[in-house]
Amino acid sequence: MTAKSDIEKHTIAVLVDNEPGVLARVIGLFSGRGYNIESLTVAEVDPKNRLSRITVVTSGTPMIIEQIKAQLSRLVPVHAVRDLTLEGASVERELALIKMAGTGDRRIESLRLADIFRARVVDATIESFVFEMTGSTEKLDAFIKLMEPLGLVDVSRTGVVAISRGASRL
Amino acid sequence: MSAAAMPGAEMVIKALVDQGVDVVFGYPGGAVLPIYDALFKQNQLRHILVRHEQGAVHAAEGYARSTGKVGVVLVTSGPGATNAVTGLTDALMDSVPIVCLTGQVPTHLIGNDAFQEADTTGITRPCTKHNYLVKDANDLARIVHEAFYVARTGRPGPVVVDLPKDILFATGTYTEPGSVQHRTYRPQTMPDRAKVAEAMALIASAKRPIIYGGGGIINSGERAVALFREFVQLSGFPTTLTLMGLGAYPASDKRFLGMLGMHGTYEANLAMHDCDVMINVGARFDDRVTGRLNAFSPGSKKIHIDIDPSSINKNVRADVALIGDAAEVLAEMIKVWKAKHLKPDARALQQWWHQIDQWRKRDCLRYTQSDKVIKPQYALQRLYALTRDRDVYITTEVGQHQMWAAQFFKFEDPKHWMTSGGLGTMGYGLPAAIGVQLAHPEATVIDIAGEASILMNIQEMSTAMQYRLPVKVFILNNQYMGMVRQWQELLHGGRYSESYTASLPDFVKLAEAFGGVGLRATKPSEVDDVIKAMLASDKPTIVDVAVDQAENCFPMIPSGAAHNEMLLGPEDRQTGGSVSEEGMVLV
Repeated sequence: MTAKSDIEKHTIAVLVDNEPGVLARVIGLFSGRGYNIESLTVAEVDPKNRLSRITVVTSGTPMIIEQIKAQLSRLVPVHAVRDLTLEGASVERELALIKMAGTGDRRIESLRLADIFRARVVDATIESFVFEMTGSTEKLDAFIKLMEPLGLVDVSRTGVVAISRGASRL
Repeated sequence: MSAAAMPGAEMVIKALVDQGVDVVFGYPGGAVLPIYDALFKQNQLRHILVRHEQGAVHAAEGYARSTGKVGVVLVTSGPGATNAVTGLTDALMDSVPIVCLTGQVPTHLIGNDAFQEADTTGITRPCTKHNYLVKDANDLARIVHEAFYVARTGRPGPVVVDLPKDILFATGTYTEPGSVQHRTYRPQTMPDRAKVAEAMALIASAKRPIIYGGGGIINSGERAVALFREFVQLSGFPTTLTLMGLGAYPASDKRFLGMLGMHGTYEANLAMHDCDVMINVGARFDDRVTGRLNAFSPGSKKIHIDIDPSSINKNVRADVALIGDAAEVLAEMIKVWKAKHLKPDARALQQWWHQIDQWRKRDCLRYTQSDKVIKPQYALQRLYALTRDRDVYITTEVGQHQMWAAQFFKFEDPKHWMTSGGLGTMGYGLPAAIGVQLAHPEATVIDIAGEASILMNIQEMSTAMQYRLPVKVFILNNQYMGMVRQWQELLHGGRYSESYTASLPDFVKLAEAFGGVGLRATKPSEVDDVIKAMLASDKPTIVDVAVDQAENCFPMIPSGAAHNEMLLGPEDRQTGGSVSEEGMVLV
């Protein structure tokens, strides 16, 4: 019934009480109601008030996105829900740790590309590197794709964190 | 404020008493023994010992829905908690305020697969409005008070408080109820005034309006019910109610078109389909109401009043959404109506009523009476006729009998009709009736049942006996899971797979075995006599009414069909393939 073109990708920021089970509530809501999670990050952002911030990237029709926000708001430990995709400009970043193994030309080439992409080396042995890279999801995707033929071993990514531009707070 | 130190178990009792609780439905077990010990030493709380934890939750639901208060449940850890899950899910779906206290193994054993351990907060997270695991005795009282606040405010629902046994023994400081305010939870009760004005402009322009009311009106309370009635009178608009909303408007009034939905009346469903302005007050566009979504009331502007923002635009796009408590929204609407001296288009409304009267003439609830076999509809008509001068509360199980009860019992007042709507829980009616009877000892409480459903919680007859609760169980016995049989007849070529119950018990002897009264009717001429005998009985009473095995519940909107494609009776079945392939896969 829903055309593919109706599907939109949204980044939603959720401020929650940092209490046991709160992440399970959010994730359970998504799985129980059949919503998509493309990425999800969570960490405490206000230790004094015990508040954590969840950034979730999800996709669905505009009606589903509206439901997701309403359902999230309905959870008792949720303080605020903001759709960063809809509400003005925002900055989105992701961090990745990328492990490369190999020697010789492939090793040199991966180092050269890392320089172009402004990835940092955070661990090195004679036969391996770990790169750290921050940027948009697309930039990370592009870099990881380039690394594949050059001895890519492991990737660990944080998922998207996002914040609105300007002076206003969540 | 006195900071009194006391053991956890005593704090539980004190918190319940301070919340105004007088009855607790429960079942003891190892993890909750400290609470049962504290119960033993006091006389402010009455404990009703059920025979199965599911029965405890349904009884609390019956109590809550017939009084407007929070129903309270006390069960032990592990199987006690898991048995309560069906009741909790039922309460969530039907927005019933419940606080369920569950025992838990001591905190140091949590996660160790201890005896009677279950991850209660994990299991109940999706089937409660909220849940808590208490890890510090100093938090216990605050959490119990918070649980009551969350359960009864906003859109009501069940809340679980999981209590590890060591916390019940530990000493902590009691917190008074008044000093508790939740950090985040603040349901919106007052509507946006600009939106109310927008809605009223739409209402004033209506030519074919309909008011579609739901359980939210009753949940909001007496003020909302009074304002709803005032609004209907003021506007003169035709009004229909959902299964959960029955009683919010008097069924005897001419503006009432009957229940709508899958087994609703012809006039209510066609008026929904053809209206130009729909005013939804406290209902959620459930799939049993809308039928096929893309054919649901295609030409109307929709105003949706709901306290739960997630109900808005979930199934049906609202043109004007009014988020707030039904009472506050209706009060504001009536204020605007009066201030602006709004007058509905009298001529258009008259024409609309004329059309509705044409639909009414189809007499969609008619059935063919028989003098040989008892028609279920006839049995319910007689039950209604012989009880209408009493203070009567009806609960039901789930299936055909439930729909017939909704069609043939005419409710004048709210809180007199308790049925499992959202979850459709067979086995709901008898324990719910027990809860209702406890709250209303002088009233006539009848569980309209099917012979299949009643067996799901028949053990609660023992509870009714123990507390001398004269609940009546009126079984429409067709020896089939009637609604399953009906769907198999209409959708599956009459292959009655596993819907016939062989080896049914003798319900008369069964009632007697519990110490109650058993009665039976097998001919239409016996119906009045058994009903009179049932009403005269002062004990739990089961009436076994042998009804027509082949009778189906009409009208019916087949799944996947639209409101204007309803089947009015058996004669409609042959006319065209009424159930589409998409409809087949729906429930």
